[in-house]
Amino acid sequence: MKLLNAFPKYHKQNVVSHYCPGCGHGIVHRLVAELLEEMDLGKRTVCVNPAGCAVLAYKYLDIDMLESAHGRGTAMATGIKRVRPDLFVFTYQGDGDLAAIGTAETIHSANRGEHICVIFINNAVYGMTGGQMAPTTLLGMKTTTSPGGRNPRFEGYPLHITDVVASFPGVVYAERVAVNGPAAVQKTKKAIRTAFQCQVDGQGYSIIEVLSPCPTNWKKTPKESFEWVSEVMMKEFPLGVLTDKRGGGA
Amino acid sequence: MFLQSESETAAINMVIGASAVGARVMTSSSSPGISLKQEGISFLAGFQLPAVIVNVMRGGPGLGNIAPAQGDYFQATRGGGHGDYRTPVLAPASVQEVADLTYKAFDIADHYRTPVMILGDGMLGQMKEPVVFPEPIAKLPEKDWALHGRGDGPSRYLASLILDTTEMERHNWMLVRKYQEITANETSWEEYMTQDAQIVAVAYGTTARIAKAAIKRVRKDGVPVGLIRPITLWPFPTPALQELARRVNSFVVFEMSTGQMLEDVLLSLEGKGTVHFHGRPGGVVPTPAEFARILYREYQLKVKASS
Ligand SMILES: Cc1ncc(C[n+]2csc(CCOP(=O)(O)OP(=O)(O)O)c2C)c(N)n1
Ligand code: SF4
Repeated sequence: MKLLNAFPKYHKQNVVSHYCPGCGHGIVHRLVAELLEEMDLGKRTVCVNPAGCAVLAYKYLDIDMLESAHGRGTAMATGIKRVRPDLFVFTYQGDGDLAAIGTAETIHSANRGEHICVIFINNAVYGMTGGQMAPTTLLGMKTTTSPGGRNPRFEGYPLHITDVVASFPGVVYAERVAVNGPAAVQKTKKAIRTAFQCQVDGQGYSIIEVLSPCPTNWKKTPKESFEWVSEVMMKEFPLGVLTDKRGGGA
Repeated sequence: MFLQSESETAAINMVIGASAVGARVMTSSSSPGISLKQEGISFLAGFQLPAVIVNVMRGGPGLGNIAPAQGDYFQATRGGGHGDYRTPVLAPASVQEVADLTYKAFDIADHYRTPVMILGDGMLGQMKEPVVFPEPIAKLPEKDWALHGRGDGPSRYLASLILDTTEMERHNWMLVRKYQEITANETSWEEYMTQDAQIVAVAYGTTARIAKAAIKRVRKDGVPVGLIRPITLWPFPTPALQELARRVNSFVVFEMSTGQMLEDVLLSLEGKGTVHFHGRPGGVVPTPAEFARILYREYQLKVKASS
Protein backbone atom coordinates (compact mmCIF):
# COMPACT_ATOMS: atom_id res chain seq x y z
CA MET A 1 0.00 0.00 0.00
CA LYS A 2 1.32 3.46 -0.84
CA LEU A 3 0.92 6.30 1.63
CA LEU A 4 -0.28 9.12 -0.59
CA ASN A 5 0.50 12.02 1.72
CA ALA A 6 3.99 10.87 2.75
CA PHE A 7 6.65 13.58 2.67
CA PRO A 8 9.10 13.46 -0.22
CA LYS A 9 12.60 12.13 0.35
CA TYR A 10 14.24 15.51 0.94
CA HIS A 11 11.56 16.67 3.37
CA LYS A 12 12.00 15.53 6.95
CA GLN A 13 9.44 12.97 8.00
CA ASN A 14 7.06 13.26 10.93
CA VAL A 15 7.73 16.92 11.59
CA VAL A 16 5.19 19.33 12.98
CA SER A 17 5.26 22.61 11.08
CA HIS A 18 5.72 25.91 12.90
CA TYR A 19 4.26 27.77 9.95
CA CYS A 20 0.81 29.24 10.51
CA PRO A 21 -2.22 27.55 8.90
CA GLY A 22 -2.60 28.72 5.31
CA CYS A 23 1.00 29.97 5.06
CA GLY A 24 2.69 29.59 1.69
CA HIS A 25 6.12 28.64 3.06
CA GLY A 26 5.20 25.03 3.82
CA ILE A 27 3.77 24.54 0.33
CA VAL A 28 6.90 25.84 -1.37
CA HIS A 29 9.12 23.73 0.91
CA ARG A 30 7.27 20.67 -0.22
CA LEU A 31 7.56 21.58 -3.90
CA VAL A 32 11.27 22.16 -3.52
CA ALA A 33 11.72 18.81 -1.77
CA GLU A 34 9.75 17.03 -4.49
CA LEU A 35 11.79 18.63 -7.25
CA LEU A 36 15.13 17.89 -5.61
CA GLU A 37 14.10 14.25 -5.61
CA GLU A 38 12.55 14.18 -9.09
CA MET A 39 15.51 15.99 -10.60
CA ASP A 40 17.98 13.94 -8.56
CA LEU A 41 19.64 17.03 -7.08
CA GLY A 42 19.18 16.56 -3.34
CA LYS A 43 22.48 14.82 -2.70
CA ARG A 44 24.57 17.67 -4.06
CA THR A 45 22.42 20.59 -2.93
CA VAL A 46 23.30 23.36 -0.51
CA CYS A 47 20.41 25.70 0.31
CA VAL A 48 20.90 29.13 1.88
CA ASN A 49 17.91 30.00 4.03
CA PRO A 50 17.04 33.49 5.26
CA ALA A 51 16.32 35.46 8.37
CA GLY A 52 12.52 35.43 8.36
CA CYS A 53 9.91 32.78 9.02
CA ALA A 54 11.93 30.37 6.87
CA VAL A 55 14.97 30.66 9.15
CA LEU A 56 13.74 27.31 10.45
CA ALA A 57 13.53 25.73 6.99
CA TYR A 58 16.24 23.26 8.04
CA LYS A 59 13.67 21.68 10.31
CA TYR A 60 11.79 20.58 7.22
CA LEU A 61 14.16 20.34 4.26
CA ASP A 62 16.41 17.31 4.59
CA ILE A 63 19.37 18.73 2.66
CA ASP A 64 22.58 20.57 3.56
CA MET A 65 21.73 24.14 4.55
CA LEU A 66 23.46 27.34 5.55
CA GLU A 67 21.59 30.01 7.47
CA SER A 68 22.16 33.55 6.25
CA ALA A 69 22.27 36.93 7.88
CA HIS A 70 19.22 38.97 6.94
CA GLY A 71 19.35 39.66 3.19
CA ARG A 72 22.82 38.28 2.53
CA GLY A 73 21.78 34.94 1.06
CA THR A 74 22.81 35.54 -2.54
CA ALA A 75 26.27 36.75 -1.48
CA MET A 76 26.72 33.54 0.53
CA ALA A 77 25.40 31.47 -2.37
CA THR A 78 27.90 33.24 -4.61
CA GLY A 79 30.74 32.16 -2.31
CA ILE A 80 29.48 28.57 -2.28
CA LYS A 81 28.94 28.26 -6.01
CA ARG A 82 32.21 29.94 -6.95
CA VAL A 83 34.34 27.51 -4.96
CA ARG A 84 32.11 24.46 -5.55
CA PRO A 85 30.53 24.84 -9.01
CA ASP A 86 29.59 21.15 -8.85
CA LEU A 87 27.08 21.83 -6.07
CA PHE A 88 23.47 22.75 -6.73
CA VAL A 89 22.90 26.02 -4.86
CA PHE A 90 19.69 27.89 -4.20
CA THR A 91 18.59 30.61 -1.83
CA TYR A 92 15.19 30.81 -0.22
CA GLN A 93 14.26 34.36 0.81
CA GLY A 94 11.37 36.53 1.93
CA ASP A 95 10.56 39.96 0.57
CA GLY A 96 11.98 41.87 3.54
CA ASP A 97 15.12 39.78 3.20
CA LEU A 98 15.56 39.92 -0.57
CA ALA A 99 14.00 43.25 -1.51
CA ALA A 100 14.84 45.51 1.45
CA ILE A 101 17.95 44.75 3.50
CA GLY A 102 19.39 42.46 0.83
CA THR A 103 18.65 44.61 -2.22
CA ALA A 104 22.29 45.20 -3.09
CA GLU A 105 23.20 41.52 -2.77
CA THR A 106 20.14 40.58 -4.85
CA ILE A 107 20.90 43.06 -7.62
CA HIS A 108 24.61 42.35 -7.88
CA SER A 109 24.43 38.56 -7.69
CA ALA A 110 21.84 38.74 -10.48
CA ASN A 111 23.92 41.18 -12.47
CA ARG A 112 26.96 38.93 -12.17
CA GLY A 113 24.74 36.16 -13.46
CA GLU A 114 25.74 33.83 -10.65
CA HIS A 115 24.79 30.26 -11.40
CA ILE A 116 22.31 30.03 -8.56
CA CYS A 117 18.54 29.81 -8.16
CA VAL A 118 16.58 32.22 -6.01
CA ILE A 119 13.22 31.33 -4.52
CA PHE A 120 11.60 34.56 -3.49
CA ILE A 121 8.58 34.39 -1.19
CA ASN A 122 6.58 37.59 -1.59
CA ASN A 123 3.98 37.85 1.16
CA ALA A 124 3.88 41.67 1.13
CA VAL A 125 4.94 41.93 4.79
CA TYR A 126 7.75 41.18 7.20
CA GLY A 127 6.14 37.99 8.44
CA MET A 128 8.36 36.82 11.25
CA THR A 129 8.62 40.11 13.09
CA GLY A 130 4.89 40.80 13.18
CA GLY A 131 3.72 42.15 9.86
CA GLN A 132 5.57 45.40 9.34
CA MET A 133 5.48 47.07 5.93
CA ALA A 134 7.77 45.45 3.36
CA PRO A 135 8.98 46.97 0.08
CA THR A 136 6.33 44.78 -1.59
CA THR A 137 3.43 45.98 0.60
CA LEU A 138 0.56 47.08 -1.61
CA LEU A 139 -0.67 50.67 -1.80
CA GLY A 140 -3.32 51.28 0.84
CA MET A 141 -2.43 48.07 2.65
CA LYS A 142 -2.53 48.37 6.43
CA THR A 143 0.44 46.97 8.33
CA THR A 144 1.74 47.60 11.83
CA THR A 145 4.09 50.28 10.47
CA SER A 146 1.66 51.70 7.92
CA PRO A 147 -1.49 51.72 10.05
CA GLY A 148 -3.25 54.19 7.78
CA GLY A 149 -2.50 52.11 4.72
CA ARG A 150 0.65 52.42 2.57
CA ASN A 151 0.71 55.93 1.19
CA PRO A 152 3.08 56.40 -1.77
CA ARG A 153 3.80 59.95 -0.75
CA PHE A 154 5.42 58.79 2.47
CA GLU A 155 6.19 55.14 1.95
CA GLY A 156 6.84 54.87 -1.76
CA TYR A 157 5.48 52.24 -4.10
CA PRO A 158 5.52 48.43 -4.09
CA LEU A 159 8.94 47.36 -5.34
CA HIS A 160 8.93 45.06 -8.35
CA ILE A 161 12.36 43.69 -7.74
CA THR A 162 11.93 40.57 -9.87
CA ASP A 163 11.07 42.76 -12.85
CA VAL A 164 14.18 44.80 -12.14
CA VAL A 165 16.53 41.81 -12.15
CA ALA A 166 14.69 40.20 -15.06
CA SER A 167 16.02 43.03 -17.22
CA PHE A 168 19.63 42.01 -16.55
CA PRO A 169 21.44 40.06 -19.27
CA GLY A 170 22.81 37.66 -16.63
CA VAL A 171 19.35 36.62 -15.46
CA VAL A 172 18.33 33.66 -17.56
CA TYR A 173 14.91 32.95 -16.18
CA ALA A 174 12.46 34.89 -14.01
CA GLU A 175 8.85 34.05 -13.37
CA ARG A 176 6.19 35.18 -10.92
CA VAL A 177 3.82 32.52 -9.64
CA ALA A 178 1.47 31.94 -6.69
CA VAL A 179 0.50 29.14 -4.31
CA ASN A 180 -3.13 29.98 -3.55
CA GLY A 181 -4.80 26.91 -5.04
CA PRO A 182 -4.03 23.51 -6.53
CA ALA A 183 -3.61 24.77 -10.11
CA ALA A 184 -1.40 27.63 -9.00
CA VAL A 185 0.72 25.24 -6.93
CA GLN A 186 1.29 23.01 -9.95
CA LYS A 187 2.34 26.03 -12.02
CA THR A 188 4.72 27.04 -9.28
CA LYS A 189 6.26 23.61 -9.30
CA LYS A 190 6.77 23.84 -13.04
CA ALA A 191 8.38 27.26 -12.70
CA ILE A 192 10.77 26.10 -9.99
CA ARG A 193 11.62 23.07 -12.11
CA THR A 194 12.52 25.38 -15.00
CA ALA A 195 14.63 27.53 -12.70
CA PHE A 196 16.45 24.52 -11.27
CA GLN A 197 17.04 23.17 -14.76
CA CYS A 198 18.73 26.47 -15.75
CA GLN A 199 21.41 25.84 -13.17
CA VAL A 200 21.71 22.16 -14.02
CA ASP A 201 22.25 23.12 -17.67
CA GLY A 202 24.84 25.75 -16.73
CA GLN A 203 22.65 28.55 -18.10
CA GLY A 204 22.95 30.98 -15.19
CA TYR A 205 20.86 32.87 -12.68
CA SER A 206 17.17 32.18 -12.22
CA ILE A 207 14.60 33.61 -9.85
CA ILE A 208 11.05 32.52 -9.05
CA GLU A 209 8.86 34.97 -7.17
CA VAL A 210 6.05 33.26 -5.32
CA LEU A 211 3.03 35.28 -4.17
CA SER A 212 2.49 33.61 -0.85
CA PRO A 213 -0.29 34.03 1.73
CA CYS A 214 0.50 35.26 5.24
CA PRO A 215 -2.92 34.91 6.89
CA THR A 216 -1.58 35.77 10.34
CA ASN A 217 -0.28 39.20 9.45
CA TRP A 218 -2.87 39.92 6.79
CA LYS A 219 -5.43 39.26 9.56
CA LYS A 220 -7.45 37.05 7.26
CA THR A 221 -8.50 33.43 7.29
CA PRO A 222 -6.53 31.09 5.03
CA LYS A 223 -9.45 31.05 2.58
CA GLU A 224 -9.73 34.85 2.51
CA SER A 225 -5.97 35.08 2.07
CA PHE A 226 -6.02 32.75 -0.91
CA GLU A 227 -8.72 34.88 -2.50
CA TRP A 228 -6.89 38.09 -1.67
CA VAL A 229 -3.81 36.86 -3.54
CA SER A 230 -5.89 36.49 -6.71
CA GLU A 231 -8.13 39.49 -6.29
CA VAL A 232 -5.70 42.11 -4.99
CA MET A 233 -2.09 41.01 -5.01
CA MET A 234 -2.02 39.76 -8.59
CA LYS A 235 -3.29 43.14 -9.79
CA GLU A 236 -0.08 44.73 -8.51
CA PHE A 237 2.12 41.73 -9.22
CA PRO A 238 0.79 39.99 -12.33
CA LEU A 239 1.84 36.39 -12.79
CA GLY A 240 3.88 35.23 -15.73
CA VAL A 241 7.32 34.71 -17.17
CA LEU A 242 9.31 37.92 -16.77
CA THR A 243 12.29 36.84 -18.77
CA ASP A 244 13.39 33.66 -20.52
CA LYS A 245 16.83 33.82 -22.05
CA ARG A 246 17.50 30.11 -22.00
CA GLY A 247 19.64 28.84 -24.80
CA GLY A 248 20.79 32.37 -25.54
CA GLY A 249 17.45 33.49 -27.03
CA ALA A 250 15.57 36.53 -25.75
CA MET B 1 40.43 32.41 -7.00
CA PHE B 2 39.71 36.12 -6.59
CA LEU B 3 36.30 37.76 -6.65
CA GLN B 4 35.53 41.47 -6.41
CA SER B 5 32.32 42.19 -4.52
CA GLU B 6 29.94 45.11 -4.71
CA SER B 7 30.43 45.95 -1.03
CA GLU B 8 32.28 44.84 2.07
CA THR B 9 28.99 43.45 3.37
CA ALA B 10 28.70 41.21 0.32
CA ALA B 11 32.39 40.31 0.49
CA ILE B 12 32.25 38.94 4.03
CA ASN B 13 29.13 36.96 3.17
CA MET B 14 30.81 35.48 0.11
CA VAL B 15 33.57 34.50 2.52
CA ILE B 16 31.01 32.80 4.77
CA GLY B 17 29.60 30.85 1.84
CA ALA B 18 33.03 29.75 0.60
CA SER B 19 34.14 28.81 4.11
CA ALA B 20 30.96 26.82 4.74
CA VAL B 21 31.84 24.51 1.87
CA GLY B 22 35.40 24.07 3.10
CA ALA B 23 37.50 26.62 1.19
CA ARG B 24 40.41 28.53 2.73
CA VAL B 25 39.17 32.07 2.26
CA MET B 26 40.05 35.64 3.18
CA THR B 27 38.89 39.18 2.65
CA SER B 28 40.70 42.46 3.07
CA SER B 29 39.72 46.05 3.62
CA SER B 30 40.57 49.25 5.43
CA SER B 31 38.75 50.66 8.45
CA PRO B 32 35.31 51.77 7.10
CA GLY B 33 34.99 48.53 5.12
CA ILE B 34 35.79 46.52 8.24
CA SER B 35 32.85 48.14 10.03
CA LEU B 36 30.62 46.72 7.29
CA LYS B 37 32.23 43.30 7.60
CA GLN B 38 31.50 43.10 11.33
CA GLU B 39 28.02 41.65 10.79
CA GLY B 40 29.55 38.74 8.90
CA ILE B 41 32.41 38.32 11.37
CA SER B 42 29.85 37.83 14.13
CA PHE B 43 28.13 35.18 12.01
CA LEU B 44 31.48 33.46 11.31
CA ALA B 45 32.04 33.29 15.07
CA GLY B 46 28.53 31.95 15.63
CA PHE B 47 28.75 29.38 12.83
CA GLN B 48 32.31 28.52 13.97
CA LEU B 49 33.64 29.01 10.46
CA PRO B 50 37.31 29.71 9.69
CA ALA B 51 38.23 32.81 7.69
CA VAL B 52 40.91 35.47 7.62
CA ILE B 53 40.04 39.16 7.63
CA VAL B 54 42.71 41.79 6.97
CA ASN B 55 42.27 45.33 8.24
CA VAL B 56 44.79 47.89 7.06
CA MET B 57 43.89 50.65 9.51
CA ARG B 58 43.51 54.26 8.47
CA GLY B 59 42.58 57.49 10.24
CA GLY B 60 39.02 57.79 11.53
CA PRO B 61 36.23 57.96 12.73
CA GLY B 62 34.02 58.18 9.66
CA LEU B 63 35.82 58.36 6.37
CA GLY B 64 38.74 59.93 8.21
CA ASN B 65 41.71 59.73 5.90
CA ILE B 66 43.91 57.11 4.29
CA ALA B 67 47.01 57.66 6.40
CA PRO B 68 48.36 54.99 8.82
CA ALA B 69 46.52 54.76 12.15
CA GLN B 70 45.70 52.28 14.91
CA GLY B 71 42.26 53.45 15.94
CA ASP B 72 40.50 50.14 15.24
CA TYR B 73 42.16 48.28 18.12
CA PHE B 74 39.03 48.20 20.25
CA GLN B 75 36.90 47.06 17.32
CA ALA B 76 39.35 44.29 16.46
CA THR B 77 40.12 42.96 19.92
CA ARG B 78 36.70 43.25 21.54
CA GLY B 79 34.92 41.14 18.96
CA GLY B 80 33.78 44.04 16.84
CA GLY B 81 30.37 42.77 15.83
CA HIS B 82 27.41 41.90 18.04
CA GLY B 83 27.35 39.01 20.45
CA ASP B 84 29.60 37.27 22.95
CA TYR B 85 32.67 36.29 20.96
CA ARG B 86 36.34 37.02 20.41
CA THR B 87 38.49 37.18 17.30
CA PRO B 88 42.17 36.28 17.40
CA VAL B 89 44.06 39.35 16.14
CA LEU B 90 47.56 39.18 14.67
CA ALA B 91 49.60 42.36 14.36
CA PRO B 92 52.57 42.20 11.95
CA ALA B 93 55.32 44.81 12.11
CA SER B 94 57.19 44.06 8.86
CA VAL B 95 56.32 42.85 5.40
CA GLN B 96 58.02 39.53 6.19
CA GLU B 97 55.77 39.19 9.19
CA VAL B 98 52.73 40.10 7.12
CA ALA B 99 53.52 37.01 5.04
CA ASP B 100 54.34 34.77 8.01
CA LEU B 101 51.30 35.80 10.03
CA THR B 102 48.98 35.36 7.07
CA TYR B 103 50.01 31.70 6.89
CA LYS B 104 49.61 31.46 10.64
CA ALA B 105 46.21 33.17 10.55
CA PHE B 106 44.83 30.51 8.20
CA ASP B 107 46.20 27.74 10.41
CA ILE B 108 44.68 29.24 13.57
CA ALA B 109 41.40 29.82 11.74
CA ASP B 110 41.18 26.21 10.55
CA HIS B 111 42.41 24.67 13.78
CA TYR B 112 39.98 26.49 16.06
CA ARG B 113 37.24 27.09 13.48
CA THR B 114 37.22 30.82 14.08
CA PRO B 115 37.55 34.05 12.12
CA VAL B 116 41.05 35.53 12.56
CA MET B 117 41.96 39.14 11.94
CA ILE B 118 45.27 40.50 10.69
CA LEU B 119 45.55 44.07 11.92
CA GLY B 120 47.99 46.23 10.01
CA ASP B 121 48.11 49.92 9.21
CA GLY B 122 48.50 52.14 6.18
CA MET B 123 52.29 52.19 6.60
CA LEU B 124 52.65 48.39 6.46
CA GLY B 125 50.08 48.23 3.72
CA GLN B 126 52.18 50.37 1.40
CA MET B 127 55.66 49.24 2.35
CA LYS B 128 57.98 47.23 0.13
CA GLU B 129 60.48 44.87 1.75
CA PRO B 130 62.05 41.61 0.64
CA VAL B 131 60.08 38.58 1.75
CA VAL B 132 60.89 34.90 2.05
CA PHE B 133 57.68 32.94 1.80
CA PRO B 134 57.21 30.13 4.31
CA GLU B 135 56.90 26.59 2.99
CA PRO B 136 53.28 25.91 2.11
CA ILE B 137 51.83 23.16 4.27
CA ALA B 138 51.65 19.89 2.38
CA LYS B 139 48.11 18.97 3.25
CA LEU B 140 45.26 21.18 4.31
CA PRO B 141 43.36 20.06 7.39
CA GLU B 142 40.29 17.85 6.97
CA LYS B 143 37.02 19.74 7.42
CA ASP B 144 34.50 17.10 8.25
CA TRP B 145 31.95 19.75 9.19
CA ALA B 146 31.93 21.44 5.75
CA LEU B 147 28.75 21.35 3.70
CA HIS B 148 28.98 19.63 0.33
CA GLY B 149 25.51 18.27 -0.29
CA ARG B 150 24.32 15.45 1.92
CA GLY B 151 25.22 12.69 -0.53
CA ASP B 152 24.04 9.44 0.99
CA GLY B 153 24.58 10.64 4.54
CA PRO B 154 22.40 12.70 6.86
CA SER B 155 21.73 16.34 6.01
CA ARG B 156 23.61 19.00 7.92
CA TYR B 157 23.01 22.66 8.54
CA LEU B 158 25.10 25.54 9.76
CA ALA B 159 23.06 27.93 11.85
CA SER B 160 23.76 30.60 14.43
CA LEU B 161 20.11 30.81 15.47
CA ILE B 162 19.64 29.07 18.82
CA LEU B 163 16.22 29.98 20.14
CA ASP B 164 16.43 27.90 23.30
CA THR B 165 18.13 30.10 25.89
CA THR B 166 19.88 27.32 27.78
CA GLU B 167 21.16 25.91 24.49
CA MET B 168 22.41 29.36 23.53
CA GLU B 169 24.12 29.67 26.89
CA ARG B 170 25.76 26.29 26.39
CA HIS B 171 26.96 27.41 22.97
CA ASN B 172 28.39 30.62 24.43
CA TRP B 173 30.31 28.74 27.15
CA MET B 174 31.58 26.31 24.54
CA LEU B 175 32.94 29.29 22.61
CA VAL B 176 34.54 30.60 25.80
CA ARG B 177 36.36 27.29 26.28
CA LYS B 178 37.66 27.60 22.74
CA TYR B 179 38.85 31.14 23.47
CA GLN B 180 40.58 29.92 26.62
CA GLU B 181 42.38 27.32 24.55
CA ILE B 182 43.44 29.96 22.02
CA THR B 183 44.68 32.15 24.88
CA ALA B 184 46.71 29.28 26.33
CA ASN B 185 48.27 28.21 23.02
CA GLU B 186 48.47 31.17 20.69
CA THR B 187 49.44 34.24 22.73
CA SER B 188 52.60 35.62 21.20
CA TRP B 189 54.86 38.64 21.55
CA GLU B 190 58.37 39.83 20.95
CA GLU B 191 60.66 41.12 23.69
CA TYR B 192 63.39 43.53 22.65
CA MET B 193 66.17 44.54 25.04
CA THR B 194 64.03 43.85 28.08
CA GLN B 195 66.76 41.92 29.94
CA ASP B 196 68.24 44.91 31.78
CA ALA B 197 65.43 47.37 31.06
CA GLN B 198 64.24 49.79 33.71
CA ILE B 199 61.64 51.23 31.39
CA VAL B 200 59.56 49.05 29.09
CA ALA B 201 57.76 50.44 26.08
CA VAL B 202 54.70 48.63 24.76
CA ALA B 203 53.81 49.07 21.09
CA TYR B 204 52.58 46.99 18.15
CA GLY B 205 52.82 47.09 14.38
CA THR B 206 54.42 50.10 12.75
CA THR B 207 54.53 51.90 16.09
CA ALA B 208 56.70 49.12 17.50
CA ARG B 209 59.21 49.60 14.71
CA ILE B 210 59.41 53.30 15.44
CA ALA B 211 59.76 52.49 19.14
CA LYS B 212 62.67 50.14 18.38
CA ALA B 213 64.47 52.89 16.50
CA ALA B 214 63.89 55.22 19.45
CA ILE B 215 65.19 52.62 21.90
CA LYS B 216 68.38 52.21 19.87
CA ARG B 217 68.94 55.96 20.18
CA VAL B 218 68.38 56.27 23.90
CA ARG B 219 70.38 53.13 24.62
CA LYS B 220 73.43 54.92 23.13
CA ASP B 221 73.07 57.36 26.01
CA GLY B 222 72.77 54.52 28.48
CA VAL B 223 69.05 54.83 29.02
CA PRO B 224 67.91 51.22 29.73
CA VAL B 225 64.70 50.84 27.77
CA GLY B 226 63.19 47.63 26.38
CA LEU B 227 60.14 46.85 24.29
CA ILE B 228 57.25 44.45 24.47
CA ARG B 229 55.66 44.05 21.08
CA PRO B 230 52.38 42.15 21.20
CA ILE B 231 52.11 39.98 18.08
CA THR B 232 48.70 38.73 19.12
CA LEU B 233 46.58 41.65 20.29
CA TRP B 234 43.88 39.21 21.32
CA PRO B 235 44.89 37.12 23.16
CA PHE B 236 46.98 39.92 24.71
CA PRO B 237 50.43 39.03 26.10
CA THR B 238 49.38 39.68 29.66
CA PRO B 239 51.80 37.05 31.07
CA ALA B 240 54.78 38.88 29.54
CA LEU B 241 53.77 42.17 31.11
CA GLN B 242 53.05 40.61 34.49
CA GLU B 243 56.44 38.94 34.48
CA LEU B 244 58.20 42.21 33.68
CA ALA B 245 56.15 44.10 36.25
CA ARG B 246 57.94 42.09 38.95
CA ARG B 247 61.11 44.11 38.35
CA VAL B 248 60.17 47.04 36.11
CA ASN B 249 58.24 50.00 37.48
CA SER B 250 57.89 52.20 34.48
CA PHE B 251 55.94 51.44 31.32
CA VAL B 252 55.37 53.62 28.28
CA VAL B 253 52.63 52.85 25.79
CA PHE B 254 53.03 54.12 22.22
CA GLU B 255 50.10 53.97 19.82
CA MET B 256 48.84 55.68 16.70
CA SER B 257 45.55 56.29 18.52
CA THR B 258 44.33 58.18 21.57
CA GLY B 259 44.89 55.17 23.80
CA GLN B 260 43.26 51.82 23.06
CA MET B 261 45.83 49.09 23.64
CA LEU B 262 46.65 51.22 26.69
CA GLU B 263 43.60 49.68 28.38
CA ASP B 264 44.94 46.16 27.88
CA VAL B 265 48.28 47.21 29.31
CA LEU B 266 46.56 48.69 32.36
CA LEU B 267 44.42 45.58 32.78
CA SER B 268 47.47 43.35 32.45
CA LEU B 269 49.56 45.29 34.97
CA GLU B 270 46.76 45.27 37.54
CA GLY B 271 47.93 48.54 39.05
CA LYS B 272 51.62 47.64 39.23
CA GLY B 273 54.13 50.24 38.05
CA THR B 274 53.36 53.54 36.36
CA VAL B 275 52.09 53.80 32.82
CA HIS B 276 52.78 56.76 30.59
CA PHE B 277 50.87 57.04 27.34
CA HIS B 278 51.99 58.77 24.16
CA GLY B 279 49.71 58.55 21.13
CA ARG B 280 49.42 60.19 17.72
CA PRO B 281 45.99 59.63 16.17
CA GLY B 282 44.54 60.85 12.91
CA GLY B 283 47.10 59.39 10.54
CA VAL B 284 50.09 61.25 11.99
CA VAL B 285 53.07 58.89 12.03
CA PRO B 286 55.35 59.64 14.98
CA THR B 287 59.13 59.77 14.56
CA PRO B 288 61.83 57.88 16.44
CA ALA B 289 63.12 61.25 17.75
CA GLU B 290 59.71 62.00 19.21
CA PHE B 291 59.52 58.65 21.01
CA ALA B 292 63.12 59.04 22.15
CA ARG B 293 62.24 62.36 23.79
CA ILE B 294 59.42 60.68 25.69
CA LEU B 295 61.77 57.93 26.83
CA TYR B 296 64.48 60.37 27.98
CA ARG B 297 61.92 62.31 29.96
CA GLU B 298 60.47 59.18 31.47
CA TYR B 299 63.96 58.15 32.51
CA GLN B 300 64.63 61.52 34.14
CA LEU B 301 61.31 61.62 35.97
CA LYS B 302 60.83 58.02 37.04
CA VAL B 303 64.17 56.26 37.15
CA LYS B 304 66.77 58.97 37.84
CA ALA B 305 64.59 60.79 40.35
CA SER B 306 64.00 57.70 42.44
CA SER B 307 67.59 56.46 42.44
C1 LIG C 1 20.07 42.76 10.33
C2 LIG C 1 18.76 42.29 10.84
N1 LIG C 1 17.75 43.17 10.97
C3 LIG C 1 16.55 42.76 11.45
C4 LIG C 1 16.34 41.45 11.78
C5 LIG C 1 15.01 41.01 12.32
N2 LIG C 1 14.23 40.26 11.36
C6 LIG C 1 14.17 38.92 11.38
S1 LIG C 1 13.15 38.29 10.23
C7 LIG C 1 12.75 39.84 9.68
C8 LIG C 1 11.74 40.07 8.59
C9 LIG C 1 11.57 38.95 7.67
O1 LIG C 1 10.61 39.28 6.71
P1 LIG C 1 10.61 38.63 5.28
O2 LIG C 1 11.99 38.64 4.72
O3 LIG C 1 9.58 39.29 4.46
O4 LIG C 1 10.29 37.08 5.53
P2 LIG C 1 8.95 36.41 6.13
O5 LIG C 1 9.15 36.30 7.58
O6 LIG C 1 7.80 37.28 5.74
O7 LIG C 1 8.92 35.08 5.45
C10 LIG C 1 13.42 40.81 10.40
C11 LIG C 1 13.29 42.25 10.17
C12 LIG C 1 17.42 40.56 11.63
N3 LIG C 1 17.33 39.26 11.90
N4 LIG C 1 18.62 41.01 11.17
S1 SF4 D 1 3.74 34.85 9.96
FE1 SF4 D 1 3.05 34.72 7.84
S2 SF4 D 1 4.87 34.05 6.68
FE2 SF4 D 1 5.27 33.62 8.83
S3 SF4 D 1 4.61 31.50 9.15
FE3 SF4 D 1 2.87 32.81 9.68
S4 SF4 D 1 1.68 32.96 7.80
FE4 SF4 D 1 3.71 32.22 7.24
